[in-house]
Amino acid sequence: MADDPLLRVRDLSVTFSTGKDTVFTAVDKVSFELHKGETLALVGESGSGKSVTALSVLQLLPYPLAQHPKGSSITFEGKELVGASEDELRKIRGNRIAMVFQEPMTSLNPLHTIERQIGEVLTIHKGMGGDEARKRIVELLNLVGLDEQAENRLDAYPHQLSGGQRQRVMIAMALANDPAILIADEPTTAVDVTIQAQLLKLLRGLQEKLGMAMLFITHDLGVVRKLAHRVCVMQKGKIVETGPVNKVFDNPQHEYTRHLLEAEPKGKPVDPPADAKKLIEAKGVRVWFPIKGGVFRRTQGYVKAVDGIDFELKEGHTLGVVGESGSGKTTLGLALLRLEAARGQILFNGKEIQDLSQGDLRPLRREMQIVFQDPYGSLSPRLSVGEIIGEGLKIHKIGKTDEEREKLIIEALEEVRLDPDTRHRYPHEFSGGQRQRIAIARALVLKPKFLVLDEPTSALDMSVQAQIVDLLRELQQRHRLAYLFISHDLRVVRALADQVMVLKDGKIVERGPASTIFDAPSQPYTKALMAAAFELEAVENGDVRT
Amino acid sequence: MNATAPTASRLSPLNQRRLANFKANRRGFWSLWIFLILFVLSIFAELIANDRPVLVRYNGEFYVPIARSYPETVFGGEFETEADYRDPFVAEQIDAKGWILWPPVRFSYRTVNRNLTVPAPAPPSAENWLGTDDQGRDVLARLIYGFRISVLFGLILCVVSSIVGVIAGAVQGYFGGWVDLLFQRFLEIWSGLPELYLLIILASIITPSFGILLGLLLLFSWTGLVGVVRAEFLRARNFDYVRAAKALGAGDTVIMFRHVLPNAMVATLTFMPFILSGSVVALTSLDFLGFGLPAGSASLGELLNQGKSNLHAPWLGITSFFILAIMLSLLVFIGEAVRDAFDPRKIFR
Repeated sequence: MADDPLLRVRDLSVTFSTGKDTVFTAVDKVSFELHKGETLALVGESGSGKSVTALSVLQLLPYPLAQHPKGSSITFEGKELVGASEDELRKIRGNRIAMVFQEPMTSLNPLHTIERQIGEVLTIHKGMGGDEARKRIVELLNLVGLDEQAENRLDAYPHQLSGGQRQRVMIAMALANDPAILIADEPTTAVDVTIQAQLLKLLRGLQEKLGMAMLFITHDLGVVRKLAHRVCVMQKGKIVETGPVNKVFDNPQHEYTRHLLEAEPKGKPVDPPADAKKLIEAKGVRVWFPIKGGVFRRTQGYVKAVDGIDFELKEGHTLGVVGESGSGKTTLGLALLRLEAARGQILFNGKEIQDLSQGDLRPLRREMQIVFQDPYGSLSPRLSVGEIIGEGLKIHKIGKTDEEREKLIIEALEEVRLDPDTRHRYPHEFSGGQRQRIAIARALVLKPKFLVLDEPTSALDMSVQAQIVDLLRELQQRHRLAYLFISHDLRVVRALADQVMVLKDGKIVERGPASTIFDAPSQPYTKALMAAAFELEAVENGDVRT
Repeated sequence: MNATAPTASRLSPLNQRRLANFKANRRGFWSLWIFLILFVLSIFAELIANDRPVLVRYNGEFYVPIARSYPETVFGGEFETEADYRDPFVAEQIDAKGWILWPPVRFSYRTVNRNLTVPAPAPPSAENWLGTDDQGRDVLARLIYGFRISVLFGLILCVVSSIVGVIAGAVQGYFGGWVDLLFQRFLEIWSGLPELYLLIILASIITPSFGILLGLLLLFSWTGLVGVVRAEFLRARNFDYVRAAKALGAGDTVIMFRHVLPNAMVATLTFMPFILSGSVVALTSLDFLGFGLPAGSASLGELLNQGKSNLHAPWLGITSFFILAIMLSLLVFIGEAVRDAFDPRKIFR
């Protein structure tokens, strides 16, 4: 392009001081340009410095903890932003360059109505108020697709909106002053696939309509292919490859780009053993949370999180449970392990476990275990890895001596491909993928028969996801484990499950062998999920939420 | 296992950072050392200020009057009563056939100096470095003993009330629901009781001793930490690692004290130094009002009271003011450093 770039980043470095004399270089001499009407994607795994790069454009890093070494330069419309005064920056932030963040719940002030949130931006930068502002806010809400009774939405508080709607409000706020550049920092990571598809469609449409430039940060290559014109691949704070999307995707030059492109979870579920016997059976499982109200806090109704679910699972088989957030997948998993009070029958090995006391249930806990979604939250930060894994052994009095237990811990760590010496270290020293392996080892050390996997891969980077999926498949084959695999990510489910159950609002929408569901879904809801997950296309047939 | 693993890696980087943060606050770091030195010295108060010698050599034999009591007859006296080593007669007897090793200050907290040349309270002199109080007792000796009793009292009160408070907060936060609701209402009523009046009334019925005072103050001081710990437990009980422990079959007590409590300790530890200084002040103020430790005990509050009633003897007021001000300032400085240490956003400069 012949014209001057809107935003030019030259040799941008960011360092964080981590101790008295130690610094950590998060971004290392990054250079790129952003032209008018263009979408540039910054791609990389977590820790690659992509968000830090985006935040330094608006100078929003925690200075002076963060520093830009000499030579770093960010120019916007010819003006230098590094080291610019707060006054100047304030005129640009939210006005000429706007930003949308990852987590819509924490990015909106919970105590302000939508009107006030968006109105604030207008008042600060344009001095708009009263009816004039109100008109513009309605216009903006229409623009981002919150048009059904946009006027009523004005008085809504963030908690009254769904995740997707909140993110639309965030986008409306960002667009309020017709910015020249929109920076979107993983705006779809925290939402369901169906909503991700809708938001991507919206962003693409808006960019074409308003002709603004967009800096899009993501770890998801599928999103990049769908949305961006050019892409910068980041690794460890450096840009390793840059170019037009088609060229980079079709003919990746750098090894790391190739690695990223190949990282999608692949492979097929293992053939389940033919002689498998029934392990767990659920009949009419219901979890209803009471809604209380009135002076005496009487139960006035129920949220039907799980509403009458039946299924059976044989050993060595994997049942994939898919659905949007709020469809009751996790609650179902917890209910099966009696970690959530539920009604209905749950038979484990032919034995009813619903009426057992916690004490009677304890021996059974050995046989059914769970792996959680967030590997950062599921390991006690103050216990060493060995203590975390060994806890179950102590509770169930497996292994008579400490040495015997130690041996079992080492075996479990080796089984999940971690160095046994790591047992003396603490969780914070490990990456997300390694932590998830520790969580799996904690469950495996008890030699369970049934494992609930509650989105074990969704907090992880794509390449790590693939490794975990391979590991789970291998473990299943070796120990004839039965998995209840909960996920909203259909790509992972396809790689692992031999049966699939689609949930919506706590009820089963569709179920059957995985091949049938994936190749020929019969329900519109399932079809919409598939389109969103595999093609990132939004299907608006009224079955998926907004 | 490699050689450095067990000890060095036990202190996780997080804790190393905290230690570095603590040390970076020079004022707090030095305050901690000064306070520790003063405290350790005051623990050996008997060796520093006493009206009995540390060691006596008499007639070729050793005597330890500081630990054992000997009748005057042992040293050639006439009475079967315990020897008064400050008595010139006894001192002469011993000096004639041996020697006496005195502590630096030759007064205990209750020793009355009968050789004063001026009426008590006597101003500072070579014999009484900080003067005497209105009963002729050495101020420095009373100060050393008073410091010890104040800090010990404060420490015990602080530790015991923290333990009670943490357990109460843990139970409330972990179980939530009705337990929490009822306990909270109880706490509201309990903390609404007029503490000081109750203490005054109780002190007039039973003679307060160290133990009784500790118990009385404990009745009201344990509520301080409950709120903080309860909040931490309310937050942590929904964490996945607590769920994971439940899925393993761990019992409630194990989960509470092995999984949740270590993560709730940051708030508790940050509060500790301030609770300690609060406990010290509580005892001092009771002593000042005359409802504290029994008459005659060494206490900073009592010294302060004497300073108030003897304005013509400024060394009483000044001494007690300075020792309290220094002790409380040291504790507050340490508290600030502890707070810095646990502050994740603290920047090294």
